[in-house]
Amino acid sequence: MSTKSHATVMLRRNFKHIARNPTSVFNAVLMPIVIMLMFVYMLGDAFDVGVDYVDYATPGLMLLAVCYGLGGTATSVNSDMTKGIINRFKVMDVSRGAVLTGHVVASVLTNVIAIAALVGVAFLLGFSPSAGFLDWLGVVGMILLLAFAAGWFTVALGLAAKSPETAGMGAVPLVMLPFFSSAIVPAEKMGPGIREFAEYQPFTPIIETVRGLLTGTPSTGYAIAAIAWCAGIAVIGYVWARAKFTKRA
Amino acid sequence: MTEMAITASGLRKAYQDKVVLDGIDLQVPAGTIFSLLGPNGAGKTTVVNVLTTLLKADGGTVRVAGYDIATETKRVRSAIGVTGQFAAVDELLTGEENLQLMVDLSGAKDGKRVVADLLERFELTGSAKKPASTYSGGMRRKLDLAMTLVGHPRIIFLDEPTTGLDPRSRRTMWAIIRDLVADGVTIFLTTQYLEEADQLADRIAVLDQGRLVAQGTADELKRRIPGTHVRLRFATVAELDAAARVLTDSTRDEEALTLRVPGDGGSKSLRVLLDRLDEYALGAEELSVHTPDLDDVFFALTGHTTEVAAK
Repeated sequence: MSTKSHATVMLRRNFKHIARNPTSVFNAVLMPIVIMLMFVYMLGDAFDVGVDYVDYATPGLMLLAVCYGLGGTATSVNSDMTKGIINRFKVMDVSRGAVLTGHVVASVLTNVIAIAALVGVAFLLGFSPSAGFLDWLGVVGMILLLAFAAGWFTVALGLAAKSPETAGMGAVPLVMLPFFSSAIVPAEKMGPGIREFAEYQPFTPIIETVRGLLTGTPSTGYAIAAIAWCAGIAVIGYVWARAKFTKRA
Repeated sequence: MTEMAITASGLRKAYQDKVVLDGIDLQVPAGTIFSLLGPNGAGKTTVVNVLTTLLKADGGTVRVAGYDIATETKRVRSAIGVTGQFAAVDELLTGEENLQLMVDLSGAKDGKRVVADLLERFELTGSAKKPASTYSGGMRRKLDLAMTLVGHPRIIFLDEPTTGLDPRSRRTMWAIIRDLVADGVTIFLTTQYLEEADQLADRIAVLDQGRLVAQGTADELKRRIPGTHVRLRFATVAELDAAARVLTDSTRDEEALTLRVPGDGGSKSLRVLLDRLDEYALGAEELSVHTPDLDDVFFALTGHTTEVAAK
């Protein structure tokens, strides 16, 4: 049987998992929306960011939504590994491509659903981007690239972790990173140390790229940095995941 | 000459500097049940992982179904089925969906019927539409084994198939394994229960700290280990001495103040023994009947108990 149809079978399985595990759907889709309501309604007026807060925060929250989906991916990959399901597939000669790609694609699609819901809510809250059609394409491309890169990285994390619990923990830094970026408030308003960290960590250029596109003022410098970060994370994640898949029995 | 389903020679595996398998040689004739017996940590799962192509050995050669596991991995994989130590079922899928998943991946023809037949054969039809997470331990193992059978493997590896099962489920599993062999399948089974190996296996190999310390039929192995015996514990050395003089075929343990008397543990032989003690006005503090278990096998074959081996 070809790898392609194996991949389809795997993907179908991953979708059934998503549909039957409401907790992971809740984490992936509802949590970012809850956080958005919290920041925009409760805290937003307290921040002075120069523009309407919902316009400022939405790009960052879109990234946060990607990260919230990752916890579920790490846990489900790890439980496949530790419960012997991956071994079963390996003995059946199912390619690692099919097994791992299934998880990555499921992860990306969860992200897409979460972000679509989040942007919908943002519009209800008065989100008014000035992006043109091409800018929107750029936003979608950037988010997909991040979801893909972070997806591979998370799959590797899930394969490497000892148990589903530690795999879930392993994804926590990814969930925290957006808070220490320019997602919620601009980096220059943070204290020393954190400000430098926020300026140089991968999420800031990604968020600034999306933010630039949505306000119709894209920044090439940020975009190049963002794409470079994503490519790097994707390659490391992919190579690490492949190695772990082959080695761990 | 009988066809060999599995042959391994000089199999070695180490993790960093810890040697897990230290030169394993074994031969399993086609259509038989071979049991690898050993305590936790002996290296049983590592042997299974190597034989089933999941782990690469550091040294030695292995042929499974006539194919070299290092160079003809794909052919080996298409000939074998593996049921691992923990039931590898997808808990979020139903029993039926789990089997269908295996059908889809193996490309088996007439999938619907294969699934229905397996559900029927393993008495899972009634729970077919329920998620596997609601199954009992015994049902999970059955589903796991049913999933392994989807591709009609000629050689099946079962890693501790009954560990953690209640006695009834264990017996069901044994019956299923016997049926498989009756159909001409070769079974490679690991277990930590002497009784299980004794019940099922044509040949048994005892694994201890990465080495095979004994190989043979169940009867051959039992001849090398102490049989059923009665153990008598006395209050004083004087009583122990007196009893040892009366029961001449017994072995004494000075420190524990015990006497080991060979016997089948039946009521008649026990009565004879007790009458004999009465005759000489001797009384034991405690009497117990012992049948040989894995501990005894290990003690006899390795000079240490399973507890030590597990460390």
